[in-house]
Amino acid sequence: MAEAAPKPIVDVRDLKVEFRRREQSVAAVNGVTFSLMPGEVLTILGESGSGKSVTLKALMGLVPDYAHVTGQALVDGKDVVGMSRDELRQIRGPVVSMIFQEPMTALDPVFTIGDQIAEIIKTHEGLSHRAAMKRALELLEMVSIPSAARRLKNYPHEMSGGMRQRAMIAMALACRPSVLLADEPTTALDVTVQIQILLLLRQIQKEMGMAVVFVTHDVGVAAEISDQVAVMYAGRLVETGTVYEVLSERSHPYTEGLLSSTVHGGMKGQPLDMIRGQPPNLAALPPGCSFAPRCSQAVESCHRVEAPAVTLGPGRLVRCIRAQPLLAAE
Amino acid sequence: MFLFATRRLFQAIPILLGVSLVVFGLLQIVPGNPIDLLLPPEASPEMIAQMKAEFGFDKPLYIQYFNWLLRALAGNFGNSIFSGQPVAGEIAVALKNTLHLALPAAVLGFSLGILLGMLAAFNSGHWLDKLFSALAIAGVSLPHYWFAIIMVVIFSVTLNALPAQGMGEGSLTEQIPFLILPVITLSLIPMGVVARLVRATVLDIRSQDFVGALEAKGLSKGRILFHVAKNAAPPVLAIMGLQFGYLLGGSILVETVFNWPGSGNLLNLAIFRRDIPVLQGTILVLAFFFVLLNLAVDIAQAMIDPRIRR
Repeated sequence: MAEAAPKPIVDVRDLKVEFRRREQSVAAVNGVTFSLMPGEVLTILGESGSGKSVTLKALMGLVPDYAHVTGQALVDGKDVVGMSRDELRQIRGPVVSMIFQEPMTALDPVFTIGDQIAEIIKTHEGLSHRAAMKRALELLEMVSIPSAARRLKNYPHEMSGGMRQRAMIAMALACRPSVLLADEPTTALDVTVQIQILLLLRQIQKEMGMAVVFVTHDVGVAAEISDQVAVMYAGRLVETGTVYEVLSERSHPYTEGLLSSTVHGGMKGQPLDMIRGQPPNLAALPPGCSFAPRCSQAVESCHRVEAPAVTLGPGRLVRCIRAQPLLAAE
Repeated sequence: MFLFATRRLFQAIPILLGVSLVVFGLLQIVPGNPIDLLLPPEASPEMIAQMKAEFGFDKPLYIQYFNWLLRALAGNFGNSIFSGQPVAGEIAVALKNTLHLALPAAVLGFSLGILLGMLAAFNSGHWLDKLFSALAIAGVSLPHYWFAIIMVVIFSVTLNALPAQGMGEGSLTEQIPFLILPVITLSLIPMGVVARLVRATVLDIRSQDFVGALEAKGLSKGRILFHVAKNAAPPVLAIMGLQFGYLLGGSILVETVFNWPGSGNLLNLAIFRRDIPVLQGTILVLAFFFVLLNLAVDIAQAMIDPRIRR
């Protein structure tokens, strides 16, 4: 890193993504702020529908046309919000790239793996087909695909799930991006394959010094891979901090709930804790704190006033009314 | 791939045999007898028997079938009962005439259909989509012969710009004015069918995850279009194969309106004249081309989409 104060590679300020259709407007992402230094791994943790995937997609402008994006999302110093299609095309690949959840459906079924990797190199670096294929081979070897040369000519349906996800990672890394976005890349895989893919990602991230934003609902995965963790609920980040801070302090009741509802924290013979109720309908959020209806520690004012964002330290934020007295007590 | 192609080729043989059996069998069931048409009502039984023997109608059916099939395989479909000319020659001429219509009609219909379908799919919900979809539906549902007659009324009768019927004589360039109206008429259905399928297929493919992933790779618009088109090609090829097959069969109605001596016309006349050798020969040859066409489509599909090869 440079001698001067290093600048964050991803800097998101008050990002909002609203889906507007006819009368209804749903804010899938509602004022999200975080930043990430080069070479860091941030995990966004949350349930389905909490807006974590949309946040990720907004970072490379992949939201649909009817989505209304406001705020700021600096990636490598350039604001992705409001970028033209051509500008987005320039940064997708060399600056920021993405690994998708389902390697089967995210790969084009009628092109070979080699062609699919090579075309991204040809597009961004103007290499010849042969040179690009050679790079594709190196990439497949880097993600430890056995008999890589043969796999270049394979179609996605001829590979196993784990192999496809490795190919997908190779593709995302093809132009050495500074930021890698991973949208639940292990969710669709067998458990034994999951850990292999995680280890691979961690190793490559270290080697290439990439920043990674990792989206998952699996606490174990977050603990395994991340430096920073951001817990997301109903379009907002409710708790952020280093992985140690968030997983050990659990200052937000939702984080506490998430952690105690995994088998990792459970005791044999005891029923698992769980968070009561359903995630809220984003189109009709309750007044006050959006987690209050499900919160076991909610007090009366939680249902009236929006929870304040309490800063406990640099990058350490908790959005809960109870966090304030905690701070005062310290 | 080669294995797949040869396997498909061998699978075509029983299909063609089946077709020949149906063609032969159906005409045995059809009421009416060519001998009755050829001979005066007061013909003596001896004359009828002699006539039957001449055409081989006195032998058992399976013998008739094998004789007919063996000769057909050698390209000999017998002589027309009506004209006495070899059927093979009549079919060749008719098919060639129909091809003059079918080829340009297919090129026009398919390219317009693909264009309209693509434009509709990429502007789905927009008024362009609605306009093109309406055009496609009109193309499929307008009665052929009605459209043909309207075209004749406008361009031949009122404007006196194009010939109303016949296929002209002399060089190909001199025939072009005669082609315009029937080709446009014939291209309507393929255009509509292809446009509707292209729209539906492209919309379906564009909604799939991998298209979003392609955008995430920073590919150009044209490159993404290429991916979408390659994925959409197999079903569209299949429908184009079928449509071209129909065009080869010639449209009885359109060929009648424009008095075009093609295969549709030949079939039509053969039916009314109870000209069984012509009917059998024409249907068999058309079926042969139809099977061949679908074979070609199958192979093309497998070349595009590797998942079909198994």
